[in-house]
Amino acid sequence: MDKFTVLDLLQLDLKEHDALDLKCIGGRPGLVREIQVPELNRPGLALSGFFDSFADKRLQIFGRGEHAYLQKLEKESNHEAIKRLFSYNLPCCVFTNSLSPTHMFFESAEERGCSLLQSTLDSSEFSSRVMRALSNIFSPKKNIHGVLVEVFGIGVLIMGESGVGKSEMALELIERGHRLVADDSVEVRCVGGNFLMGKGVNIIASHHMEIRGLGIINVTHLFGVGAIRDKKQIQLVVQLEEWDSSKEYDRIGMEDSTIDILGVNVPYLNIPVKPGRNIPIIIETGAMNERLKKLGYHSAKEFNRSIMNWLETERARSLHFENI
Amino acid sequence: MKEQSVIVQNRAGIHARPAALLVQTAGNFKSSVYLEKGSEKVNGKSIMGVITLGAVFNTEITIIAEGADEEAAVEALVNLFNSKFQED
Repeated sequence: MDKFTVLDLLQLDLKEHDALDLKCIGGRPGLVREIQVPELNRPGLALSGFFDSFADKRLQIFGRGEHAYLQKLEKESNHEAIKRLFSYNLPCCVFTNSLSPTHMFFESAEERGCSLLQSTLDSSEFSSRVMRALSNIFSPKKNIHGVLVEVFGIGVLIMGESGVGKSEMALELIERGHRLVADDSVEVRCVGGNFLMGKGVNIIASHHMEIRGLGIINVTHLFGVGAIRDKKQIQLVVQLEEWDSSKEYDRIGMEDSTIDILGVNVPYLNIPVKPGRNIPIIIETGAMNERLKKLGYHSAKEFNRSIMNWLETERARSLHFENI
Repeated sequence: MKEQSVIVQNRAGIHARPAALLVQTAGNFKSSVYLEKGSEKVNGKSIMGVITLGAVFNTEITIIAEGADEEAAVEALVNLFNSKFQED
């Protein structure tokens, strides 16, 4: 990962319930400092002069309590703790509740080149939002060559060799009312260690597709905003490959195969492609079947259970007739 | 045309898994393959057909193959029945 600086934090494009509402109120040279850990610290103890195990790598959050204490220090003209605080290379100091730092604090920050940020949010809300944002940024990620579409609410990642027809299939799915998340290059992040979030690597390129014979098309303009999505959890991986007649493909679907991406196991389908096979419909049905499985109904297993029951009754019946 | 009768020897009968195995094996041959139980006759290369035959334990099934490699096809399928579909 590239260095994630305070400036990057300020420029994060987060909306609605994710917005951090941050602005820089001082110490601008410090904006280039790197945020190394996705963690926070309330520097109450440090301000009172106790610096053992001080978490100087973390974002320092100043809420009402810390602010009130700073005012007390200001009144007493007690500079020591603040001076010592800024002797550390803090990533930045954030004041919540639109609070402003005291004069003395501001001067020290400017002097040491540590950026001062201010947020309109209250401390706990800010903490949870910034933690969410930072854990997303610090989560493991990788770029996967494939197409991510949302089919009946299921995020389907279509993978396969170049030229197997991933984009064409995605186009057909969009045409059938499903949504494109990203074409060609999908950035996959493991969020919270248990699910995968996929989005386009580049926000400008992600809703464009390259179709052989047509060139680059803009999906948003052609199909409307209803045909696109910014990000989506990956719930199914479909691997397309040229039909290989020497290979056996799953005919029953009793075993649920999964694929490991960034340590998360995702349901996985291997679908052979051959002229005349309507793959988009197969993907659609696969997605619906996945939803059915999530609801607790496993088509193949249920089918086999009823077949076994039926065979059992048939057998009992034939035994009965033999004995008459 | 080549015909041979076999007995279903696995307890559970021909359910989904044995049927898949049977269809896979039949699919390896060029000959057309049929399975006959009493008056019912189904295509041995169709998974749903084989399952709906309702071949329970101890049923007699006639394997019929017709084509260039009929001998080999019947032999392979008979072996499959005799191996109890790798069950039990």
